[in-house]
Amino acid sequence: MANTTEQKIIVAKSELTLIKGGAGKPLLMLHDELGFPGWVKWNDELAAECEFVIPLQPGFDKTPRIDWIRSFRDLASFYSMAVRDMGLGPVDVIAFSAGGYIAAEMVASDPSIFNHMILVGPMGIKPEKGEIFDIFPVTIRTHLRATVADPGNPAFGTIYGGDMTPEQFEAFEEARAESARIGWEPYMHNPSLPYLLRGVENVPTLLIRGAQDKIVPQGCIDAYKKAINGSRSTLIADAGHRPEVESSAEFVKIVSEFLAS
Amino acid sequence: MQFSYFTERPYRGVDEDAVLKNKAFFALPNEQFDREVAANDYNYYLDENCYAEELGFDAVALNEHHGNPFCMGSVMNVEAAILARITNKVKIVLIGNPLPVLKHPLRMAEELAEIDLISRGRLVTGWVRGAGSEQFFNNANPAYNRELFNEAHDFIIQAWTKPGPWRYEGKHFHYRHVNPWALPYQKPHPQMWIPGVLSPETVRWCAQHKYPYIGLGTALGPTCELWNVYADEAAKMGYQASSENFGYLIPTFLAETDERAQEVGKNFVFGGGQNAFSRPEHTLPPGYNSKGAIRMLAKHPGGSWLGVSPEKLREQREGRPDDADYDEVRLKLLKGYEKTQRNHQLIIGTPKTVIPKLKVLLRILRPGIFTFFNIQGKVSNEDRMTSMRLIAEEVMPELREYAKELGLKDPFERTPGSVPYRNGVARDPVIDRGPLEELGLR
Repeated sequence: MANTTEQKIIVAKSELTLIKGGAGKPLLMLHDELGFPGWVKWNDELAAECEFVIPLQPGFDKTPRIDWIRSFRDLASFYSMAVRDMGLGPVDVIAFSAGGYIAAEMVASDPSIFNHMILVGPMGIKPEKGEIFDIFPVTIRTHLRATVADPGNPAFGTIYGGDMTPEQFEAFEEARAESARIGWEPYMHNPSLPYLLRGVENVPTLLIRGAQDKIVPQGCIDAYKKAINGSRSTLIADAGHRPEVESSAEFVKIVSEFLAS
Repeated sequence: MQFSYFTERPYRGVDEDAVLKNKAFFALPNEQFDREVAANDYNYYLDENCYAEELGFDAVALNEHHGNPFCMGSVMNVEAAILARITNKVKIVLIGNPLPVLKHPLRMAEELAEIDLISRGRLVTGWVRGAGSEQFFNNANPAYNRELFNEAHDFIIQAWTKPGPWRYEGKHFHYRHVNPWALPYQKPHPQMWIPGVLSPETVRWCAQHKYPYIGLGTALGPTCELWNVYADEAAKMGYQASSENFGYLIPTFLAETDERAQEVGKNFVFGGGQNAFSRPEHTLPPGYNSKGAIRMLAKHPGGSWLGVSPEKLREQREGRPDDADYDEVRLKLLKGYEKTQRNHQLIIGTPKTVIPKLKVLLRILRPGIFTFFNIQGKVSNEDRMTSMRLIAEEVMPELREYAKELGLKDPFERTPGSVPYRNGVARDPVIDRGPLEELGLR
């Protein structure tokens, strides 16, 4: 397992905690709406070829909440400043679910910020068909179980199995609260985003979705494909909303090949 | 002492099994709604409040919930406006308007001013944050609930007191032209009483604003703790809290015999009672409860209101077992019914049997406002009115005398916050834990 380090930086006078691990070309990873689940197998496998830079979203875990961030666009602007401050850009990015929404907002306002963009089950655009699963009026347990095709999957169990401790419960509650704060209405999407994404050129973009994803419908992927010129998509058959965990070998192969392209 | 009459105005056409199947009143599909039942109930409840006035209650209290047959007060100000015209002397107490979910404080200021004007100054206006489910129903962002509450409240006070026109640019609300023509009849504005359940933040906020805080059937031990939180904050603000700062609301049902009262009283747990107000996922929306409130609730297994309970916290984490056998569920509910009576959170009986229990509550909590919450479920008009009559004719007179003996002043007899706190001296106690210990309740 790669050694990870934790680092605090100051961006626009606010604190941001980063997790770093691996060696090679930097890969910005934007976690989902439940927070960074920890360093797991797929991170380890990719760490041989890239260095993960994982910001912990303000209001989640070890990064304090920033009061002026009131939308995903605000958050994306904050992260863009962080990328500039760190001298990372243009950088490869891999972003999950609501993290995909953040990455899309970042690239919409500055297409030169990313080399390659991988969006995994991304929220952010209203799907052409179907609805993004509403994570707020369900219990945490229901939400967690909906993120995978098979809750009995052992890899899922290593992250979220066992009894939930009060500390975990509070961490989930904080994550849900912050997601609600910035994504309550319109629910986890920005109506202007698909139009702004039309201006993105020359950013190789890969959209990945688990075929059994119950959180983000295929309609989101279709809408992204339509919005981002030249983007392509791939479906992972035996996975839900967490293909990186549920089918990690296939996922790593797809990502690795795309980043090398 | 202000004695107040309150009912949730339950929709009395609901099928109990449907509520049990839905595991809550909230989110019950409205295909079951029957307009004739609802029309009868709305009209009856208005008449019932007139009857409360006739019987000598000092106030009638209304509340508001949305999308829920547990309480038909979807737009409480409509009912309050009617009562303002068809009653003559009772105070009309709103406990309260859910500011964060209504999203339009200027309109709220106008509505309430009209009610106060029509009633010629009988309005007491309270504010609430809105139950968890209201956030979903009204699509109000729960993570901003407290900010919305505070900003809307501060804005309304300004709208009533600061000569217009003026412009307002806040964090959540924006108005180009604030100049309401209708201002409250009472100057500078009606009293505000704040109902609450468990949140120490709300209690401190009330103390800071010198608003009476009304415990909504909260368990006695935690209620005592909250009273102390209030009084400590009041002392910091330079005043001594006393009975005029506190109110208590208690579910109460009386009949001519104890047997009848116990039988009909079971309707307090109809469909699961207040703990079935909404399912855990609707009770605890993200960001709605502070960490402090959740921890405090978890510490006190006895406390619950409108579905907020330690069990709900557990269910939010772990999910809820599927109860398919409704008879078994009803048996559990009846056990809870008895336990809640033992805890003095539910008062059932005849005047003779309930007066001692109510006196104990007055002794422990020393409130200046005492509110009787009438029965839930599908109970006949006759049974409801019998209970009201017995309370008014046989219970209230004796409690009024007892309140005098205890020196309990209400917010109209003594202005909340008007008793100075003497620096350097321990503040006066606001509760009496003695009877609590005797009852084995902590």
